[in-house]
Amino acid sequence: MTSRFRTQLEEALFPPIIALLIALVCGDLLIMSYGQSPATVYRLLLEGTWGNAYGFGQVLYKATTLAFTGLAVSLGIRAGLFNVGAEGQLAAGGFAAAFVGLHLTSAVPWLIAIPLCMMGAAVGGGIVGAVPGYLRVKFGAHEVIVTIMLNFIVLALLNWLIANHIHVEETLHTPEIGAGAIPRLDAFMPAFHGSAANLSMVVAAITALAGWYYLFRSRRGFELRAVGLQPDAAEYGGVSVRGVWFRALTLSGAIAGLGGINYVLGYKHYYEDGLAGGAGFLGIAVALVGRNHPLGVIIAALFFATLSQGGLAIHAFVPKQMVEVLQGVVILAVAMSVPEVRRVLRLGRKPVTA
Amino acid sequence: MTASAETNQSPAILMRGIDKSFGSVRANRAASLEVLRGEIHALVGENGAGKSTLMRILGGLQKPDAGTLEVNGKDVTGWTTSDAIAAGIGVVHQHFMLVPTLTVAENIVLGQEPKKGVRFDYAWAVAEVETLSKETGLVVRADQKVSELSVGEAQRVEILKTLFRGAKILVLDEPTAVLSPPEVRDLWVVLRRLRDAGGTIVLITHRLDEVIEISDVITVMRAGETVTRLETGKTTPAEIAKAMVGRDVALAARQAAGLTDAGDAGDAAQHMGAHTSADAASALSVTDLVVMGSRGTREVDGVTFSIRPGEILGLAGVEGNGQTELIEALAGLRAVESGSIRIGSRDVTYDNVGQRRDAGLSHIPEDRHRRGLILDYSVADNLVLGRQREFASRGMLDGARIAANAQTQIEAFDIRPPSSSLPARSLSGGNQQKVVVAREMGREFTVLLASQPTRGVDVGAIEFIHSRIREARAAGKAILLVSAELNEVLALADRIAVMYRGRFVTVMPAADASEDVLGEYMIGSKKDAA
Repeated sequence: MTSRFRTQLEEALFPPIIALLIALVCGDLLIMSYGQSPATVYRLLLEGTWGNAYGFGQVLYKATTLAFTGLAVSLGIRAGLFNVGAEGQLAAGGFAAAFVGLHLTSAVPWLIAIPLCMMGAAVGGGIVGAVPGYLRVKFGAHEVIVTIMLNFIVLALLNWLIANHIHVEETLHTPEIGAGAIPRLDAFMPAFHGSAANLSMVVAAITALAGWYYLFRSRRGFELRAVGLQPDAAEYGGVSVRGVWFRALTLSGAIAGLGGINYVLGYKHYYEDGLAGGAGFLGIAVALVGRNHPLGVIIAALFFATLSQGGLAIHAFVPKQMVEVLQGVVILAVAMSVPEVRRVLRLGRKPVTA
Repeated sequence: MTASAETNQSPAILMRGIDKSFGSVRANRAASLEVLRGEIHALVGENGAGKSTLMRILGGLQKPDAGTLEVNGKDVTGWTTSDAIAAGIGVVHQHFMLVPTLTVAENIVLGQEPKKGVRFDYAWAVAEVETLSKETGLVVRADQKVSELSVGEAQRVEILKTLFRGAKILVLDEPTAVLSPPEVRDLWVVLRRLRDAGGTIVLITHRLDEVIEISDVITVMRAGETVTRLETGKTTPAEIAKAMVGRDVALAARQAAGLTDAGDAGDAAQHMGAHTSADAASALSVTDLVVMGSRGTREVDGVTFSIRPGEILGLAGVEGNGQTELIEALAGLRAVESGSIRIGSRDVTYDNVGQRRDAGLSHIPEDRHRRGLILDYSVADNLVLGRQREFASRGMLDGARIAANAQTQIEAFDIRPPSSSLPARSLSGGNQQKVVVAREMGREFTVLLASQPTRGVDVGAIEFIHSRIREARAAGKAILLVSAELNEVLALADRIAVMYRGRFVTVMPAADASEDVLGEYMIGSKKDAA
């Protein structure tokens, strides 16, 4: 049992570490090409992120949203489905949370208001996820195409709602929610003053734990992974492959949607157009780097959040875009080492022997 | 231009000592093929006999590991596809390679489009195709869209395409698999006409009646080797069938072992005696079952049979005659078109896989790598695949019970190495199959579908699995055994049914059966009144 856990852990950690090393080497070259010392730049990057409370708080805040979208994408991949729609699902979830919150008054106790808003977020994202699930099951429509297209539809629809119906004059955001706000970290730890970090991260951690439990300990998780690995064998094992597809995409959408609470309930207390800001797409990278393992996803989310926040810290020395290039390098490096991706690219295939 | 004038020349195709391996799978071992100009040459053998690999080497898609290839007397070993096309070799694949949105004429000239200035001269293309169509008797409408064609018409377009490119040697891979009988007759007319005009044709097939009807010479392959080369006029279907499914040394040893097992034989006799007296209660009964294939053909075409408790019904037949579809329909993996399936007294025709399992059905699938195992799951998890509901309470898997089950099964079925946490992928083929057998036979069941239960496993595992199947019969289980190995069917079954083109052409007691008798039914040259 322990050795099994160890191999699982190795599988989860090995590719990201290699990817990190490759990224470091490429980063060195990039920094040197700007005539700067890599050591200085990396020190600054770390100081600006993990080195002080504010920077660390920002890393935690950014990692929280990425953890949700990463978990969402990884759940889909475990079922053999590629959910590219986390961006739209995240926005829909955020909007739904705000929508519920707007209809509550401050008289509603937080113990009721927060779960209600969270449920709204999950349902909002879940509906957006259920659409490609339904189309896949009913008509065989490929989920990649449908989820990409739905991103445009959902984001445009939300933009229209905000611009024309529910917004504060002169802005592109809703009024503040009446109840359901999640406390920020600086409420009990003053050192975090000014950072957006809030207790949504606890929800993210619980979601990751629940995701792990679901995938590796529940019957439905057993069936979901079976469908992802070998749909024919799953079907033989009495699993409804279509049922799993629908469930996985809906659940994936719900998790991505739940990510919306980080911004809406935890940070701004309103929905604002452009809330997702690419976190849904970056969730794909987070899932891949995290090897579709909940623990790996959390680590990968922290890593990408560090790069993103660190980009601001080193702005004076090298262009912020360098960090984006680094992100790209990490994604490529991981893509080469992750079995799921290799399978897609038909590399490193073991011949099946009798 | 006559065939006799050309026989003195070097053969159109001469392949000698061809070896080709993919990983540890040897697709061809010292295979040979000699095809003379102006003949229709049938290349026959069961699935996996190495026919397609040999043709891929001929077409330049694969390079042989060893051996030589000569075309029209020139050594061209290891050539490329473009060399092969230039030398006049045209391959018509089983799966058509046509652009559905283009017309017939456009598809045929694709890659060699006639030009008028810079413009594509469509009218000329149509005229060319119509001329070619008239010359060869391959009737097509040049301006029709390919997406509107029937499969027979699409195949004609494929053949025309290769002829347009100047093919003199035509390779057809299972050309009749998708055709209706009248379309097959039309194809024969065309092929004869092409041959009489000096063309050379290689036909890959495993339907022996077709071979007899159309070919001049036959090459039989088995397990990657060329077994024999026969002249069609001087052979019989039985001889070809024997060459195709013939026994090897290991098989003979296995059968001998089975027959010396006197205890089992006695058991079987005892059980057979029991049935005749209480014949009514069938464990599995199938009535007028019709199952459609993926291409919309009737792969199982009205099959009726029943199996009693303690009986093994062996199902023989050349692969591709509906056995796979029959088993899938019985297991709940393929929809039933009409007819009914009962397990005991329960009608399971429209039940799903799980409901049939609950009704007492176990199933050893023919392909353990695709269906039978999840290769990346541990042995323990694979041992509960399909039974995950049993091993869960309130939606959570019971790890302790799964581990205990694994321990019991690993010991009972001697799975090696005896570690439940290894992924199934890391086991040998024989032990992988033991995992499947353990899961399906190490539970409560009344009916077992055993499809190719010993395919690709070592002799030790074969013995083991056979004795388990005999034990299950002694314990009163009803077993449907499908095997490509005639000897396996002969050694284990109480009754033997032969499937040919979706129908049971005979059901006979195993005592009356022999390879020769079954062979005639398998190739369709004999059938009992249904």
